[in-house]
Amino acid sequence: MSINKEEIKKIAHLARINVSQTEVDQVEKKLVGILALIEKMQKVNTNSIEPMSHALDINQPLREDKVTAKDIRDKSLDLAPHSEQSLFIVPQVIE
Amino acid sequence: MDWDIVIGIETHVQLRTKSKQFSGASIKYGSEPNSQACLISLAYPGVLPVLNKESVNSAIRFGLAIDADIASKSIFARKNYFYPDLPKGYQISQFELPIVGKGKLSIDINGNSKDIRILRAHLEEDAGKSTHGVIDGKSGIDLNRAGTPLLEIVTEPDMSSAEEAVTYAKKLHDLVQWIGICDGNMQEGSFRCDVNVSVKKKGSDILGTRREIKNLNSFRFIKQAVDYEVNWQIDRLEDGKKIEQATILFNPESGETKSMRSKEEANDYRYFPDPDLLPLVISDEDISEIKKLMPELPGEMKLRFEKDLGLSTYDAEGITSSRDVTQYFLKLIDLGANAKLSANWILGNLFSKLKDKDLNILNSPILPKQLSTLINRIDDNTISNNAAKRVFENLWNNSKKEVDLIIDELGLKQISDSNEIDVIVDEVLKNNLAMIEEFKSGKDKAFNALVGQVMKASKGKANPAQVSSILKEKISK
Amino acid sequence: MLNLSLKELSQALEKKEFTSVELTQFFLNRIKKLNPSLNAFITVDEARSLAMAEKSDQIIQAGKKSILTGIPIAQKDIFCSEGWRTTCGSKMLENFISPYDSTVIHKFNDVGAVNIGKTNMDEFAMGSSNETSYFGPVKNPWALDCVPGGSSGGSAVAVAARLAPAATGTDTGGSIRQPASLCGFTGLKPTYGLVSRYGMIAFASSLDQAGPMAISAEDCALMLNVMTGHDEQDSTSLNRKKENYSNSIDKKIDGLKIGIPKEFFEEGLSSDVEKVIEEALKYYEKLGAKIVNISLPNNYLSIPAYYVIAPAEASSNLSRYDGVRYGHRAKEYDDLIDMYFKTRQEGFGDEVKRRILIGTYVLSAGYFDAYYLKAQKIRRLISNDFKSAYEKCDLIMGPSAPSVAFKSGEKQEDPLAMYMQDVFTISTNLAGLPAMSIPAGFVNELPVGLQLIGNHFEEAKILNAAHIYQKNTDWHLQHPKGID
Repeated sequence: MSINKEEIKKIAHLARINVSQTEVDQVEKKLVGILALIEKMQKVNTNSIEPMSHALDINQPLREDKVTAKDIRDKSLDLAPHSEQSLFIVPQVIE
Repeated sequence: MDWDIVIGIETHVQLRTKSKQFSGASIKYGSEPNSQACLISLAYPGVLPVLNKESVNSAIRFGLAIDADIASKSIFARKNYFYPDLPKGYQISQFELPIVGKGKLSIDINGNSKDIRILRAHLEEDAGKSTHGVIDGKSGIDLNRAGTPLLEIVTEPDMSSAEEAVTYAKKLHDLVQWIGICDGNMQEGSFRCDVNVSVKKKGSDILGTRREIKNLNSFRFIKQAVDYEVNWQIDRLEDGKKIEQATILFNPESGETKSMRSKEEANDYRYFPDPDLLPLVISDEDISEIKKLMPELPGEMKLRFEKDLGLSTYDAEGITSSRDVTQYFLKLIDLGANAKLSANWILGNLFSKLKDKDLNILNSPILPKQLSTLINRIDDNTISNNAAKRVFENLWNNSKKEVDLIIDELGLKQISDSNEIDVIVDEVLKNNLAMIEEFKSGKDKAFNALVGQVMKASKGKANPAQVSSILKEKISK
Repeated sequence: MLNLSLKELSQALEKKEFTSVELTQFFLNRIKKLNPSLNAFITVDEARSLAMAEKSDQIIQAGKKSILTGIPIAQKDIFCSEGWRTTCGSKMLENFISPYDSTVIHKFNDVGAVNIGKTNMDEFAMGSSNETSYFGPVKNPWALDCVPGGSSGGSAVAVAARLAPAATGTDTGGSIRQPASLCGFTGLKPTYGLVSRYGMIAFASSLDQAGPMAISAEDCALMLNVMTGHDEQDSTSLNRKKENYSNSIDKKIDGLKIGIPKEFFEEGLSSDVEKVIEEALKYYEKLGAKIVNISLPNNYLSIPAYYVIAPAEASSNLSRYDGVRYGHRAKEYDDLIDMYFKTRQEGFGDEVKRRILIGTYVLSAGYFDAYYLKAQKIRRLISNDFKSAYEKCDLIMGPSAPSVAFKSGEKQEDPLAMYMQDVFTISTNLAGLPAMSIPAGFVNELPVGLQLIGNHFEEAKILNAAHIYQKNTDWHLQHPKGID
């Protein structure tokens, strides 16, 4: 399996990463290299192996249903690139 | 050509917790924008999710209520997409291994029960809200709602009409309130349905292409949207055109459905297990603990009403059709009203009035206390059934009045004193000798006419049963 | 002050030989003098650090000090610190003043340690040379034309050049141990889940783990005593009794069975480094340990599996940097989607973008099973290798990095060569094991690190073995010329 320019454009769009026409060759070269490195895995038989998502075999802890968070609105609005009327402002969202 | 309609529903039920799914921020509705957006709701660098125990319990309650498998191990996954009201750039949801597996909910369609299969129910978090045009050409993001706990309930495509879809939605809406996991407030978005609609040739095994109507938050809209959509699809197919899979919105003002601008990335959400959350393990003990706290479910209650209160199956079904109706009924019983009469009056007179005015029983102008008094007055022979109907009308229109006061004012109290009735009967017999002769010569009708005369003379207040027995006795002397 | 251990500094503060303010000022002065050439710190805030030191002096005056009270610690700029700029080495967060403290920072603040500054790092911890930082490369004090390793390069140099008595780092694939090896100090990556990740900016959530970086194992133990502990804000934080890692550090290591994986001495390892490691192992034998030959047959798959899992998690973790709520937003854009593209185009460096693209690819429809699921299965195989190995030995040892520090720029354009830097460290991240790098010698005047890998929760055993070695050798006390 390897990646082509078309797929690079598709994933770049999904990831909201701009890959310009001039960069695409460079990016392709490097990604193809990395994928070749990954490809070693495919030769290994893993049929009966259970996938491992976490380093340790422990279970999800649960939080008591309590309101503990402080109101940090003023601080958070200050940190925003653009806020007005207590809202984070972005270019018009088109539904 | 004849067509079959195929409908499946995905419902987002907002869980009635105090705090968010993965953080300690409040989920109170209607607060100042972003005042409930905590570090985690805002997805600041480095923050992490921790699961709310109450929403897990809610999901288990729901699983028990629909007789479903509750997963001993379920997994949280990330659904990745960019949207300004989705602060992390992914929604935490469940993909493979949801917390609630297959179950069923039975609905009542024209007196017949039909099982709607539930495919799954999973926990996830809500997004924030975008408001448009706050500033010209811009959108404003409020993250108070971001991270609110949701249970998404998914059916199999088991419904075959708009009516069935609405009945299912109402039943589910009622159930989640019945078991206390949702406040059911549809205006505030606590209960939202995505309805998948397709049509196929009658009897065909091949399903048509479905279109998904998003975010319907009223039963009326579900009905209107499905009706419109079904017609649209049938028209199109009969014109020889094709249906393309799409996500559509219903416009309540025009009553039409419309395709959303197709999302550019064709649904590649890149689900993968969330590394910040571990497997959620639920033991049999956890489940039995929650079972102990479960309220009596509608099905169980229905059987009990039949057995202990002597209700007919039909009445018991009607009374347990919704939590509000059941609660109204139980209040009447608590106030000492006869169970059968209570069921009759609720399902009969009260329902027809409520339906006329499009009212929920919660907003009934006749309060349980009033109806119970009314029923008690029938039961203790103070008034006749007919008189009760007049009182009922009066109550409906002048809701504040005491039942006994209305009975007095309208002079509806029944005469059950046999001496008093004796006097009236004697008077009537004296003036209607011809009728007595007719009756004696075998004309039964004459007897009814005599009863009528007595009732008239008593201005309708005499107890009819008593009248007829006294009449019989006197004539035969 | 320059070469005192944490314990000695603590005693001196207790005896009032100097104050925390004096000590803090001493290191601030060193930073002022040396940082322009080393670039180890992204943010230094003298006023803030001195204010913390003053408060610590009050605690000391009141006789309420604990061991790290008043001691300056350099904090990797991956830990959110309230009121401090926290950049994670990225333009994306160039002006991000954190509104909260990470648990690690909170714990150091709690004991009255002084934050001496935020250290440079590879952008979002993605790199092995500290050349991907938006704030410029960090220089290795042993040879200024060489890299210090990464991603915790700034912290590494802060310790190696004595700009701070100790520092924190994070390790996703070797980011504490490889720079410890290249800069000649002691660094420990604990068992996954031992140190809370809350407030530590995520790279690859299932692999990231914070740990101490210091001169000696003894100092690392003191740091670890502060850093560990269950945290309810991190679902993956381990709920187990807190240990004191200093208690058993001086135990004899007679009969300690050291497993040597043959795979660590095959291709990729420079022969000079191999010699140093073999010497160190011989020395362990002299100290009473026994060498056992073991095998980690799937180690060769650790880099492939890592370069699926880590980028996949990262691609998702880094989606929050969208210019909406905080951080960089492009100045000009046409519409919403253009804002996303330009913001992320400008805010992320090349390596970060590359990993986001790889991560997006391996998770995308049609590739998930072949890449992500496969990598998770390989991860299990690698973890199982360690399980079998620990049936035969107590600790595993080998090199930390395949070579000594390499020249700046040498591997920058060759990601694959760069990725090989972590060939001996990544498998332990995948398995969640604790591992450490300690100085064990030099090649061409550049330090070499020996790696000690323990079974889960066996930090104490690793620290013990490291300490006994350091008690008998002085490799860890060597420091680069030109920093005095």
